[in-house]
Formats: sequence, structure tokens, C-alpha cells
Amino acid sequence: MSITFNGLPASLQASLRLSHLWWVPRGLLLGLLAFVIFGPLTNLVLWTVAERWYFPNTLPISYGFSFWARVFSPRGNAMEALGNSVLVAVLTVVLALALAIPAGFALARLKLPFRGLILIAFLLPQAFPNLPVYVNIARVFYQLGLNGTILGVVLVHMTHGLVFAVWIATAAFSAVDAELEQAARSVGASALRTFRDITLPLAMPGLMASAIFVFLESLDEFTGSYFVGAPDINMLPLLLYTASGGGNYQIASITALVLLVPSIGFMLVVERFLKSDVLSKVGH
Amino acid sequence: MPQPFLQIDTISVSYGKNRVLDGIDLDIAKGEFIALLGSSGCGKTTLLRTIAGFAMPVSGAIRIGSRNVTTLPPDKRGMALVFQSYALWPHMTVAQNIGYGLKLRRVPARDIAITVAETERLLGLTGLSHRKPAELSGGQRQRVALGRALAINPEILLLDEPMSNLDARIRLQVRHEIRALQQKLGITTVHVTHDREEAMVMADRIVILNAGRIAQEGRPETVYNHPQTGFVAAFMGAENRLILSGGEDGDVIAIAAGASNAACRVPRLGRVLSGGQIEARFRAEAATIAEMSPGGAHQGEGLVLSGDVVDVSYPGGLWRHTVRIGTEMIQVDAPRAVPPGTAVRITIAPDHLFLFDAPAGSPPPAQPHPVPVPDEARVLEASPF
Repeated sequence: MSITFNGLPASLQASLRLSHLWWVPRGLLLGLLAFVIFGPLTNLVLWTVAERWYFPNTLPISYGFSFWARVFSPRGNAMEALGNSVLVAVLTVVLALALAIPAGFALARLKLPFRGLILIAFLLPQAFPNLPVYVNIARVFYQLGLNGTILGVVLVHMTHGLVFAVWIATAAFSAVDAELEQAARSVGASALRTFRDITLPLAMPGLMASAIFVFLESLDEFTGSYFVGAPDINMLPLLLYTASGGGNYQIASITALVLLVPSIGFMLVVERFLKSDVLSKVGH
Repeated sequence: MPQPFLQIDTISVSYGKNRVLDGIDLDIAKGEFIALLGSSGCGKTTLLRTIAGFAMPVSGAIRIGSRNVTTLPPDKRGMALVFQSYALWPHMTVAQNIGYGLKLRRVPARDIAITVAETERLLGLTGLSHRKPAELSGGQRQRVALGRALAINPEILLLDEPMSNLDARIRLQVRHEIRALQQKLGITTVHVTHDREEAMVMADRIVILNAGRIAQEGRPETVYNHPQTGFVAAFMGAENRLILSGGEDGDVIAIAAGASNAACRVPRLGRVLSGGQIEARFRAEAATIAEMSPGGAHQGEGLVLSGDVVDVSYPGGLWRHTVRIGTEMIQVDAPRAVPPGTAVRITIAPDHLFLFDAPAGSPPPAQPHPVPVPDEARVLEASPF
């Protein structure tokens, strides 16, 4: 840089020169961040197309799609697992929201005693180690005949999802100004009509956010699915577990990639729904 | 008083152990414009919300005509409330906001469109139909809130400080717009405000609330010129307050000479004083100021006080003097400035002098004020502050 700053004190000139080097730490930081996020993903993608890859080699020795054929072969039951996973996740979202909407509204609006305790109660299943909780649920479900059914797995996933659903729904309803509801009452809307026309549309972005969380949680859930669902209900995370346990990284990686499809698809659907001027009203 | 249309019958409201309204009695005629006036925390908004049905009274009743609505939910009362925050629905357009009440009443969409267009024209909102509330100015939002309430053609319109979020210039204009609209439509209106002038110019009748009770009600000029308590007098602008001694004497009230005031007699005008200490109140513009002439003993009509000017400022129109009377400070307006340090005589005409029994525990009548030391006066005069 040959520009001179005549008449400027030396220290200022030095700091001006330094300011040109700002991109160095910034670039390093961003690069590091990109590596942390995309590094493992790149590895995963590499594994899905690797035919042979042994220890001292940095990159796969040969590439190919033979493992894809194995995963999607009629005996590979990946598609069945994908279908089960999506079905369970959708049912979990529907049931969790069906409970969380009235519960969240009540917690946000009514002067309930022990409001804090009720909110904490939803956290309880998370407070204990997953394993003993799910083992005991499996025992109870076995007696009820719920083991190895879709409903059983959905119920287990709900113990997880309800925390997010109820907490986020409570926050979403709290963010709706009570005066907006009173204004509707004042021009003649019944309590139910007010909820339908005013409260629910205004809380919708928050409720959609909780739906995303519940859906993704359900799609990923392993422990509960394993104890309650396996071996009758085959789910993607179980498939992933079996493949990685058997040292078959290709199949595990391909399964993981398949698992990404419904996640991203659901997020795109919800985001599209949120975008239409609703998103700008979050917390309004 | 014509047949009451909206009747508030000894309403009391409590929040927990805190009694917010205590036995409010108010009869409102059809088409009347009532202003509920009071400082914050006096219960005026609570009274409005109780009328609207958003607060439940612990005792008393609210009637519209012969219908008792005390326990009815807000949507069954035939009233419309305009909120201080406007409470416009952010996910609806202007037209949807205004038309919502009609939609609830299952009015055909075509008729809704006609009413909405008419309301928009009435309120100067034409062309804004498809805007969302976030895209409107404060004044426009306020008019949408008003339009939303008016569109359902309510029997009673309730206004909760609808102008407090507007800037001063728009506020003056909106006052007249709302008043004109109310007269044109003949809607019975209850308007809550803490702005005295707003209440005066808009209302047929002013109800002043203090600590959950009605302090005084009446036509604006009655409340302004004949306040019944020191609180009302202060609220209506008579901020100057002196404690004097005196009492009733037949048809007049005799005020004894004190350290800073001459003895005087003013017509009783039906006032009842128990005697002893008197609280005298008057407005800054009701007093006249004159430099003390060496002759001294000028015996004018009304109360005459002697004091000295401490400060003078120009808020516009008249010069505002701060005058020390004994240990008290009062404000006096005059068309001509009197420099600080000047010994002056303040005269208050009898009909501008409000006299009440001094509340128990008032300090004794004004002590003789310290003789102005010329040096001190000069310092004050020269002070840049």
C-alpha cells in the first residue's frame, strides 16, 4: 500500500495500515467455523461414495455407488424405515401440538397456581438418564401391548417432544398482547372466535417453530425407539445404529444422508409457511 | 337530567386487597359525551374497563336502559372500546380490522365492503384499505382503531386515552374530529383522559376521579369555575395554594390579616367553611401583579398578598413570575415582566379565589417572609440560572 497520509500522526498511520489487515483474523475465524460445520459432513458424503477406504489413506481408494444399491435393495429395508420414521415424526408433531396448544394457552393466560412447577414437570423425563426411563416405559408398554407398535413409539417420542412443544407454545401465546384479544371481544367476538381469529394466527410462528423442534427430535430419537419399537418397528436411527455397529460406514453414511431428506424437507415446508409475513410478527 | 341510558350504580372494584373503585355512582344520558378525568392510578381506566366488561365489580350494577349487563361478557354488551395502545390486529389489513365486527355479525361481504369504505371515508383513511397496521402512522392507526369501533355502530363508545400516543399538534385536531363525529352519530361516549384541556373541549360533562371516588362531576365550566374541593381546584389548574385564617361571617367569608396578606371579605357564594384555617387556591392567570408603591396601604377588591419576585420566565403569551409569599412560592402570570427582587403586591379577584377548609395537619398560616435583602435580590437577578 503506497498511499501516504501526510500530516497524520504516526500512530494513526500505523492503525490505518493495520485496519487493512482485518480480513486475516476474520477469514481465519470463518474458515475454522466452516471446517467445524462442513468437515464432518464432507467426511460423511465421502463415505457414501467410497467403495474401499482403509486406514493410512487420506481419501477413498475407489469410488462407486454399489452400497446405494444395497441400501435401497428390497432387502435393505431403508425405505420402510424411512416411511416409519416420517410417519412417527408426523404423528408425534400432531399429537404434541394438540396437547401443547391448549396447555400453552392455559399456562400463558390463566393465573394458574404452580405455573412454574407445571412447566418444570414437562422437563422431568429429560432430567433422568434416558436409559432407565425408557427401559421402564418399555416394561409398562409391554404389559399394555403397546410395545412394537407405531403408537407406542409415538408416545415415547412425545415424552421428549412435549417439553419443546409446551414451552415454546407458552412463550408464543404469552407474546400475544392480551389487549388484541380484548379488542376482538369488545367488537363482539366470543372467546372461542377470538382464539381462532386473533390468538392462534398471531401465535402461529412460535407454534411452527415448536413443530420443527418436535419433528427433528422425533426423527433423531434412538433410545426410546430401540426399547419400545425394535425389532417390530424399524426406524432409520436403528438402521444407522446397526450399520455403524457392524462397522459398515458406507451403509451408515447413506442412511444418515437419507435421514437428512425429511428433516430438510420439513424445514423448507415450514419456512415457506412462516415466510409469508408471519415471521415478521414473531413476538409482536 | 334526562332519563339515564347508561347507569353505573355504586360500583366497587378491587384488585386483590386493593380497592380501586369505591362506590361509583354515575348516570349517563343517551348521546352524552362524558370525560373521566383524573391522574394516573385514580381508577378511571378501571371504571372504563368495568363498564366494558373486562373487570368485574365486587358490588354494584351496570345497566343499559333497563338491561342489567353487570355479569355479561364484553362481547354481549353492545359497546366498543378504543384502546390506548389501539390494539390493532397486526395480521389483518385496515379493511379487515374495520370490518371484523361486521363479519362476526354475519353481514354479507358486499355490505361489509360498503360500510368499511364509508368508515374509511369518514375518518380520512381512503386508499389505505390494504395496508397492515405496521405500515400506518400513529394518527392513522388511531383512526383505524376508532373506525373499528364505529363500524359496528355501538350503543356506547368507550375511549381509553385514545390520544395519548399522538403528538401534540395532531392531538388538537383529532380532539375536534372525534367530538364532531360523536355529535354527528349521537353515540353515547365515555372518554378516559388525564388531560384537563382535552376533557374540557370534548365533553358535555366531566367526572373527576380521585382515589377511586368521584371528586366532582358537572359541566366543564362549572367544574372549572366552582371546584368543590382543593383537589379538584388543583386539578383544574389552581395550583397556587396558601393557608390563611378566617371563617364565615354571615353572607361573606372574612379572611383575617396575616403576615403577608391584608384582611379582606369575599362573598360566600354558598360555600360552607367550618372556620379556623382556610385553604386558598387560585390560578396563575387569575392573579394580578403590581409593584409595591411606597404608599403601601392599597385596599383592592379581593385578596391582596405582599411578596417579592424570585424568578421570571416566558412560556409564551404571558410572563410567568415565581413570587415568594412568606415561606410559600406561588406562580403569577402578567402581560409585563417584573424583574426578580422586586417587592410586589398580588391581587386575586373574589370570583377567582377558591376557598376550602384546610385539611387537618396543614402548616399554620404563612409566616412573615424575610425582609428582602437588596444584595440577595441582586444576586438572584444577576444569576444566569
